[in-house]
Amino acid sequence: MSDESSPAAIDAVPLRHPWRWVAAIVILVLIGLFLWGAATNEAYGWETYVKYLFDRRISEAAWNTLQLTIYSMILALVLGVLLAVMRLSPNPVLKAVSWTYLWIFRGTPIYVQLVLWGLVPVIYQNIQIGVPFGPRLFEFTLADPNVFWLAVLGLGLNEAAYMAEIIRAGINSVPEGQTEASVALGMSWAMTMRRTVLPQAMRVIIPPTGNEFISMLKTTSLVTAIPYSFELYGRSKDIGVGLFQPVPLLLVASTWYLAITSILMVGQYYLERHYARGASRKLTSKQLEALAKAQMGEPHP
Amino acid sequence: MTAATEPMVRAESVCKNFGALHVLKGVTLDVGRGEVLCMVGPSGSGKSTFLRCINHLEQVNAGRLYVDGELIGYRERGGKLHEMAPRDAARQRRDIGMVFQHFNLFPHRTALDNIIEAPMRVKRVKKDAAVARAKDLLDQVGLAAKADAYPAQLSGGQQQRVAIARALAMNPKLMLFDEPTSALDPELVGEVLAVIKKLAGEGMTMVVVTHEMGFAREVADKLVFMDGGVIVESGPPREVMANPKHERTKEFLSKVM
Repeated sequence: MSDESSPAAIDAVPLRHPWRWVAAIVILVLIGLFLWGAATNEAYGWETYVKYLFDRRISEAAWNTLQLTIYSMILALVLGVLLAVMRLSPNPVLKAVSWTYLWIFRGTPIYVQLVLWGLVPVIYQNIQIGVPFGPRLFEFTLADPNVFWLAVLGLGLNEAAYMAEIIRAGINSVPEGQTEASVALGMSWAMTMRRTVLPQAMRVIIPPTGNEFISMLKTTSLVTAIPYSFELYGRSKDIGVGLFQPVPLLLVASTWYLAITSILMVGQYYLERHYARGASRKLTSKQLEALAKAQMGEPHP
Repeated sequence: MTAATEPMVRAESVCKNFGALHVLKGVTLDVGRGEVLCMVGPSGSGKSTFLRCINHLEQVNAGRLYVDGELIGYRERGGKLHEMAPRDAARQRRDIGMVFQHFNLFPHRTALDNIIEAPMRVKRVKKDAAVARAKDLLDQVGLAAKADAYPAQLSGGQQQRVAIARALAMNPKLMLFDEPTSALDPELVGEVLAVIKKLAGEGMTMVVVTHEMGFAREVADKLVFMDGGVIVESGPPREVMANPKHERTKEFLSKVM
């Protein structure tokens, strides 16, 4: 590889960064002081914290929170894609419907929407499906609704308005030439969207969607407005109030929120990597290896 | 007219306007089967727009355009024209290959996947058959080794050759080239023109919008010079280039040759 004529590799003294060390030490000292204070402060109730961190009721509440998040995000994603595609379609009726939906659901606070969803059973006692002024085909009562799904509905329908805008931005980021090339190959508009535009839009859509996912995880704490209180915040608050020790239970809830967020961030990393295919000239490690071998005169695998 | 003698492309007074802007003001021409037509002219003369009308990427406003005897973009029923349903327009485009100035390869798919996409999704060709055909086409354009490369990892010339292979994979009866070498570095132009030249030799019917006068002289059966939305002059390329009859043609040729 290296022969007599090639110059020796550079072995320079690296640049020193003394101020980075100073800043790090100052920050570590401050953190240490805070931790010491927290550890010795009775109000934190660390014994209670440890006791309830893995309490059955808390882990069940965390599971409920995660389910609320996932179901409402699925609803938001499906409806968001639909709304974004409607907004961009050449059909003026679909455009107007999408615009109006966004105007209402993005223009009113989520808390107010959740309270209203909670009141739906009061406003509509039962729902009938049938021919207007004609026979009734289907009827169900709302007297005793499943509050969990009401919460999913409330969160999902609100989030869909935001997701629609994120997805629309993603779709608009794909160059027009991509649509033209697909159409010129005989692909339909729907197939062009599904096979060409949306996969490329994903690269732009995923980072803010990860953001929305994490944001949704925390927004679920508002569903006490419905009222649904078997999720993480509601449960922790109830237990804490019962014990007259709100602080350790809030710390328990925060720990769980942080843990779930961390897991979601890992998922986001892999999704982003998947949809970055072809976005860079940089060769994959497999391709680099093959090229290096070729350079050394070894046969291509 | 029988199918054999009928031209592949027949344009009758084709007009296209974008609002008040008239881009095509009555273009009439025929492209015979196996013929190569090169279109030249200053930018804004309407040659690219005309090309895009042939596969209905742009809708014709007046006149008629036929490909292989079939009216493009409209259906004639009871002496009246009806706008064509998107599905029927897509069916017409399947048989017309198009190559773009900026390649427009799908960046999220490898060269091979770019080529098999339309045959598999649109024509429902089995994967094995589509892959075999794609590899054959990549070999024909001299890129057999690049099947697994993403477009961003290829040079402009290589990308354009993959784009030609992608269009050919649908077995088109007509190929449209929209300034296929205008976005390329000078030293890469030759490799793309060589592929197009080979296609011409194999009897493919082609309409090529280009600025490469040498290429046009060598490959074209007919040269069309457009300016201001009309055909100013047309004929065998050597004749038009050697003895341009119109002042505008002379002026244009003196600038580009």
